[in-house]
Amino acid sequence: MRFDLDDQQREFQYSVDAYLAAECPLQRAMRPHDTGEPDVALWRGLMELGIGGMLVPEAHGGLGLGLLDLAAVAEAVGRHAAPGPFLDHALATLAIVLAADETQRTRWLPALASGSLRGTVAMGEGGGAWLAGAWTLEPGESLDGTKLYVPHADGADLIVVGCRGGQLAVVERGASGVAITPVLSTDAGRPLSKVSFTQTPCSLLPEAAGDRMVDAGLVLLAADAYGGAARLVEMSVDYAKMRAQFGRPIGAFQAMKHQLADMAVAIEPQIGLYWYAAHAFDSDPAAAPLAAAIAKASITEAYPRLARRAIEAHGGIGYTWEFGVHVWLKRALADQAFLGMPHLHRARIAGLSGW
Amino acid sequence: MDLHYGPEHDTFREEVQAFLRAAWKPGDDAKAFRRKAVEAGYLYRSIPRKYGGSEQAPDILKARIIADAFEVARAPMELKGNGVQMLVPTLLERGEEWQREQFVRKTLEGEYKWAQGFSEPGAGSDLASLRTRGELRGDQWVINGQKVWTSYARECQYMFALIRTEPDAPKHQGISYLLLDLRQPGVEIRPMKQINGGNDFNEVFFTDAVTPAHWIVGQRGQGWSVSKSLLKHERNMLGGIDRSEAMFNSLLGLARRVERDGGPAIRDAWVRDRLAALKCDLEAQRRSSHIQLTRELAGESAGRLQMMNKLAQSNFAAAVSELSNAIVGDESLLSPIGNEKPGNERWVNQYMNSLAAAIAGGTSNIQRNIIAERGLELPREGGVE
Repeated sequence: MRFDLDDQQREFQYSVDAYLAAECPLQRAMRPHDTGEPDVALWRGLMELGIGGMLVPEAHGGLGLGLLDLAAVAEAVGRHAAPGPFLDHALATLAIVLAADETQRTRWLPALASGSLRGTVAMGEGGGAWLAGAWTLEPGESLDGTKLYVPHADGADLIVVGCRGGQLAVVERGASGVAITPVLSTDAGRPLSKVSFTQTPCSLLPEAAGDRMVDAGLVLLAADAYGGAARLVEMSVDYAKMRAQFGRPIGAFQAMKHQLADMAVAIEPQIGLYWYAAHAFDSDPAAAPLAAAIAKASITEAYPRLARRAIEAHGGIGYTWEFGVHVWLKRALADQAFLGMPHLHRARIAGLSGW
Repeated sequence: MDLHYGPEHDTFREEVQAFLRAAWKPGDDAKAFRRKAVEAGYLYRSIPRKYGGSEQAPDILKARIIADAFEVARAPMELKGNGVQMLVPTLLERGEEWQREQFVRKTLEGEYKWAQGFSEPGAGSDLASLRTRGELRGDQWVINGQKVWTSYARECQYMFALIRTEPDAPKHQGISYLLLDLRQPGVEIRPMKQINGGNDFNEVFFTDAVTPAHWIVGQRGQGWSVSKSLLKHERNMLGGIDRSEAMFNSLLGLARRVERDGGPAIRDAWVRDRLAALKCDLEAQRRSSHIQLTRELAGESAGRLQMMNKLAQSNFAAAVSELSNAIVGDESLLSPIGNEKPGNERWVNQYMNSLAAAIAGGTSNIQRNIIAERGLELPREGGVE
């Protein structure tokens, strides 16, 4: 029995954490919020660390690792609220790994692994229609229809589009009939677009792996949310030790202690939910959908609550734009809503539990 | 990540299961069975054989396997209660040889039952301010004062108690850990009625009660440190996932039985949503316990995760009770108190009982102090010792 990350997983997590600590200080995480410009350069640095190849088989130029390895990295990305297409590129890559035929894999995977091609995923159709079962676009040689909330669609080389029956289709950059309309996004670090397809040529992937891809997305969102929420606890604790009022650090007051203790209890015991969900995805597919739903519902629901409390703990300064805690709050709201609100997944938890 | 126990432990599980098939069927005499199980090395594993234990090398996985297998077979586990879970480990760690010989075996076998004499009317969360006095006169301690919230005192023969024996010493250094016989004229026990109508706990008054001079664990004035391992032990005792899981499973049973809008409550969307939220909590507790187990196996500290168990479990119990009352619905207007055969309203009692979890063994606010001061290293405020 060993329920823990292994040394290699810790090392990957650590190297990404160290890279982001150096390259993604608060000003960097805030920049997309200030300028409205996406930040893809930071993600390029992650690709140079080899992150793009983690889920790609060795035969196709990757490292052949599992979702748990990648989720541990996603936690570090979430800690720093790092802007950029980490999640969408990972899911697009995974879609090819899971669903493509050998020719398609050979064509795309090495370039996705190195980051010379950038992918994203088009899943949502509005009104909570995120999951494979709710996708309505007809799979075929060309696509017609509209997807909402597509991250980093502008400039993406591949868009993996979810179709009816959990089928996945790949639209390449420059394909005809694609209209990308950016929308103002709560989390400016991961900007979204509406993407419409009109008689757009596409490559259909043979395996209907939509459900699996969504499950992986749920796990990665949960890991991102865990990382961000745990960071907020640390930031709030550090602030409470440093900020003095009435002649002593505010962290000496019991009201603050209890708030901070409640915050820690609300998130830290949940780390095993995303670990287990990722582990199940890799090693116990029958258990994976329920475990992914539990991790997503529970951790992404805790995250915005925790972000609110963290801003409260910082007082007036926490409510200012420059201080930057709001970057995590906005990321929390996005982690919560992307791929479906927690209550949607709780309804699935009930069904998957056989109630 | 490896969630399997490994071949050595799989073999061990088979051994335990074979033992249970041969040695236990429901209805058998529990005491005789426990003797056999101790003989086989399955119960009281950390306790030396000469005191009635089975003296096995510590192995957390084996302990877990035994607990699971006994649970499945519904075979009697180790006795619970203050004596086995609190006094015995203390005597093994800090007691004298004659104390272990005289008390441990009979406590393990259920012959001696022990009350815990810690809290006083003026000393609850601030336990070290306790004032019950003990004076050494000749070869015995003479005790005067009062203890409170003493569970099952009327059924117990003995008490282990924190008594102020050095009134001039600083507050933590003036306390001794004494053992005493409750069945004597100087001890008066008055039951207290609880909010659930029960009266498990009591006030215990000492008026020139006596106990022999050598019925002290550790030296004079060391009682506080002697008791500290106990508090730690009690927190672990209350922090396990088994209780949360059992609670949740009964709640699921309730939701399947009770009708709501013409169907079982478990078909109701709101009930399903709330049950799923609780399941998320329960799974987090389960995974957290696996992390703690992994760290212990590696000889590392589980860090502040361990400090969160009791608060997480008390919060869970409260949430289960809120939902159970909502499912019971109209019948929560009925009182189970005084009803010999209560229906679903017995969940109202569960609702009351869940409050005890948030108070006994260190209130939830004391848990928050511990997490904040020891776990998050916020400035200490004199509350947590």
